Amino acid sequence: MSIDKDKIKHISKLARILVDEKKINGLTKDLSSIFKFIEQLNELNTDKVEPLSSILNKPLRSRKDEINDGKIRDQILKNSPQKNDKFFVVPKVIE
Amino acid sequence: MVGKIMSKATAKYIINGEKGKWEVVIGLEVHAQVTSNSKLFSGSSTKFGADPNTQVSLVDSAFPGMLPVINEFCIEQAIKTGLGLNAKINHYSVFDRKNYFYADLPQGYQISQYKNPIVGEGEITLDLPDGTKKIGIERLHLEQDAGKSIHDLDPSNTFVDLNRSGVALMEIVSKPDLRSLEEVNAYVKKLRSIMRYLGTCDGNMQEGSLRADVNVSVRKEGDVDLGTRCEIKNVNSIKFMQMAITYEAKRQVEALESGKKIDQETRLFDIKRNETRSMRSKEDAHDYRYFPDPDLLPLHLDKKLIEKIKKNLPELPDQKKERFIKQYSLTSYEANILVSEKEISVYFEEVAKKSDKKLAKNWIIGELFASLNEKNISISDSLVTSKKMCQLIDSISSGVISGRTAKDVFEIMKETGEDPKKIIETKGLQQKSDPKELEKIIDKIIFENKDKVDQYKSGKDKLFGFFVGQVMKLSGGKANPQLVNEILKQKLK
Repeated sequence: MSIDKDKIKHISKLARILVDEKKINGLTKDLSSIFKFIEQLNELNTDKVEPLSSILNKPLRSRKDEINDGKIRDQILKNSPQKNDKFFVVPKVIE
Repeated sequence: MVGKIMSKATAKYIINGEKGKWEVVIGLEVHAQVTSNSKLFSGSSTKFGADPNTQVSLVDSAFPGMLPVINEFCIEQAIKTGLGLNAKINHYSVFDRKNYFYADLPQGYQISQYKNPIVGEGEITLDLPDGTKKIGIERLHLEQDAGKSIHDLDPSNTFVDLNRSGVALMEIVSKPDLRSLEEVNAYVKKLRSIMRYLGTCDGNMQEGSLRADVNVSVRKEGDVDLGTRCEIKNVNSIKFMQMAITYEAKRQVEALESGKKIDQETRLFDIKRNETRSMRSKEDAHDYRYFPDPDLLPLHLDKKLIEKIKKNLPELPDQKKERFIKQYSLTSYEANILVSEKEISVYFEEVAKKSDKKLAKNWIIGELFASLNEKNISISDSLVTSKKMCQLIDSISSGVISGRTAKDVFEIMKETGEDPKKIIETKGLQQKSDPKELEKIIDKIIFENKDKVDQYKSGKDKLFGFFVGQVMKLSGGKANPQLVNEILKQKLK
């Protein structure tokens, strides 16, 4: 995969990371070389190998359907930069 | 919605454009809230209507270092629903992160299932006025709901309530098999009905337990390839789905006929303006960068668990319909109505088992449904309980009151919920079924109408109705009509 300037802009937009215009060239170069390194893996034939989702060969841990959490509004809201008695408050987001 | 009957045969939805006929193709992604006590990955309550942010744990609000632990009951509910949709249950499925930013999504991603959903292909049979139609199910997967943004409490800010954040949803994706608004209606109702029978989703659209993304495309009639589709997000009633589809299909036809191309995009339906609009903010919406959630291991389902759930499945609408047709001598049309909601089927069976089954179906589909529609209530809210309906029907079949009088009794019952027996007694509505008493009345009428008797005897058969009418009038409508007929026939020989 080739990484160009537009790709960097696109990724930074998706990640909500503001990238200084001056740094884009450098980033493009860096990321390209990282990708090149990773793409060495493509030399291996993986046609008949299922994608691996986890290296732990263990069953997924589950819990019973019980209510044993919540009712901690004060704690939940405590670190919010903006809040009122009941809600998180954010700048207006509306379509 | 109870007992309402679709009005017409379901022809394909065709738009007659200026440059030819266009066929409308629809697929639905229904988001159904899983009925469970606690959330998919945390122990907070899912109860609707709680004080804002009181049903939120550190997991639901995405505090750093918190780990999701899956609710095993939600897994079972998804399997159950899959079985109810005649679908393949996948023994191996994976939870992925679907990445996007929004104020009511604290994690910055939704835990969902992408490549390996818990349930694969299945199908739903729709009961339409002109027969049945099978609609393919593409998949069903488990995912988290987001929180709720409230835009109208403050002029310059949005308030966020995370009570819904992390509640388990089943996304049920249909194949693009729907061809008309009637089919969309029938599909959503059938899906809702199946899940309510199963107890896996309460189907409450007002509370947002059932919402849908609607995929719409158009193609020239006769074309094999599908046109480019647009996805209308988050529509929360069947009526709005139909309105959105109508607008969107027309828009696409107009665009195509004027030489424009349809962009595959996400649109929203504006209820107030009755139009769909492109959601600019979702331009990159399809770039979700899914990847397996490293916090969760793949889900391996035990065959035994699936078999156990299969064994304990309740009777579903289609099976119940077949049984009702046989057991209670119903037509397919009547059976469809009576199994459409679990509560209706239970009510019907309670009445039909104890009382005359033919009267039971007629009274429930007729008078009872009319009263429910009139009052806009559901069958469980009716003051006429199944027990009282039994009493009413029994008084008809045992001859205590006539069918005509029963309608008057029902009018009182539906308003007050009174016992039919009590109403009949206090109002003195019992039928006169004593032959001697009736004979007296009949003799009097024959005596007072000698001229008519002669006319009748000389061949004017139509006058029989006149005599019956007179008897009913004189008896205050309480004479047993069958008996009156018999005695009159004898006396007028």
